[in-house]
Amino acid sequence: MSIKFENVSYIYSPNTPLEKKGLDQVSFTLKEKSFVAIVGHTGSGKSTLMQHFNALLKPSAGKIKIAGKEITPETGNKNLKDLRRHVSLVFQFPEAQLFETTVLNDIAFGPKNFGYSEDDAKVLALKWLKKVGLSEDIADRSPFDLSGGQMRRVAIAGVMAYQPDVLCLDEPDAGLDPRARKQMMDLFLDYKNSGHTVILVTHNMDDVVNYADDVLVMEKGKLIKHDIPANIFADEKWAHRHSLDEPSATAFAKQLSNYQFEKQPLTMDDLVKGILINLKR
Amino acid sequence: MSKIIIGRYIPGDSIIYKMDPRGKLLVAILFIFIIFLANNWLTYGIIALFAILAVAATKLKAKIFWDGVKPLIWLIFFTSALQLFFTTGGTIYWKWWIFTLSSFGIANAIFICIRFTLIILISTVMTVTTMPLEIADAMEWILKPLKLIRVPVDKIALVMSIALRFVPTLFDQTLKIMNAQRSRGADFNDGGLIKRSKAIAPLLVPLFISSLETAVDLSTAMEARGYRGSKGRSHYRVLRWSKVDLVNLFYLVSLTALLIIFRTH
Repeated sequence: MSIKFENVSYIYSPNTPLEKKGLDQVSFTLKEKSFVAIVGHTGSGKSTLMQHFNALLKPSAGKIKIAGKEITPETGNKNLKDLRRHVSLVFQFPEAQLFETTVLNDIAFGPKNFGYSEDDAKVLALKWLKKVGLSEDIADRSPFDLSGGQMRRVAIAGVMAYQPDVLCLDEPDAGLDPRARKQMMDLFLDYKNSGHTVILVTHNMDDVVNYADDVLVMEKGKLIKHDIPANIFADEKWAHRHSLDEPSATAFAKQLSNYQFEKQPLTMDDLVKGILINLKR
Repeated sequence: MSKIIIGRYIPGDSIIYKMDPRGKLLVAILFIFIIFLANNWLTYGIIALFAILAVAATKLKAKIFWDGVKPLIWLIFFTSALQLFFTTGGTIYWKWWIFTLSSFGIANAIFICIRFTLIILISTVMTVTTMPLEIADAMEWILKPLKLIRVPVDKIALVMSIALRFVPTLFDQTLKIMNAQRSRGADFNDGGLIKRSKAIAPLLVPLFISSLETAVDLSTAMEARGYRGSKGRSHYRVLRWSKVDLVNLFYLVSLTALLIIFRTH
């Protein structure tokens, strides 16, 4: 089951002086079980787009097909739970959503809402607590006693615990240290490899080239490019014009002016291989 | 969505907008007192005319003012009905058990109805033409005499301004947390009273915590920049009286004078 957007538009505060276009005629099809990155400038409509995946926002015009459901402007607020069980969102700074008395209860909140029994929810919660790299010892502590990084992991575990088919994340690694960042991203890659779709909103082009196999570039509410990462960064001028930074491996390769690269290296691996070839020459 | 309009301020450009908020607030408050000077048809007519003049001077659509009156219309009718049936005196037209319908009652009911409506109209003129922060500044100025009896007026004003400033922030945060919990399967609009009140915890707890965090951050930031309470602080927006405010003063004085001349003694 692919994810399909057909001419989706969204207007904020329609018919008021504050009327603003959030999305403008966006159409695309995403493959199932892929790792998709959504990039673009602040205010380009990335977050607006993301909130359409589980009908937190409904299109003002157009049609969305996702997880076997159809979302149109006429979609009501009832019966969205089933959709949200399959398509879930992790917002920016998700630690703001913690509220329960213990870490375990907080992670179990989602599974319980989606019909797991109390015991099953606890088992799942414990499993995902470990999966996000936290120790069992904190299971009975208050989530508000944890450090910022730990809270972030608990919040993410709270969404992954009911194993949605489509997991959408809005800059999940913002404000984390590099090591925690890598752990998080590897966790999402694992999740994709175990047969789920991962959609990542990000500003980090290294994450795009290292993890994504499909990229959507947004600008002013419009989808301006939909391609694989290599093609996005192939046209340097285009990327620069739309304020997409180059991945750090590409930037590094450029500094090595006396080296020749067969093709522009995007990831660290590409770069290392390219340098080795040059050294052997 | 941090650009939501708080309070009922509607941007516009007419003489009323140019008036000093202190003057507007004072006149609006005094209007409520002097309306009690009116006690016959002529004086009620005069004060109604003055109120309509003020409404017209805003150059805003009549609907805005109707929206101000609408939510209170049943209260107005109820109070008028009490006057209508329980006032005795003058010619009595109808009497049953404790209810009487008299000429005094009818007149009183109409007067009460006019009085209520006019007070709402004038308050609306004030609130739609003045930004909430301006109102807070004006209130600070009006409360200033209380400093003599050691009321911390500046601090009260600071609290008011901060509260107003954070209304949109709180609104954004509420929306964000609601969306996050909805994504986790929380349901805010479904089920009975108990189910709904249970559903509010996942919203309120994070909201309280983030508000406290914001408050702590704000106070740290203020102290880091040398805020030490109220002594000798100046204002970013300095309120100045201008010629337009004479119009306001003239309005109030002539209204009061006319009412005193024409009221029944």
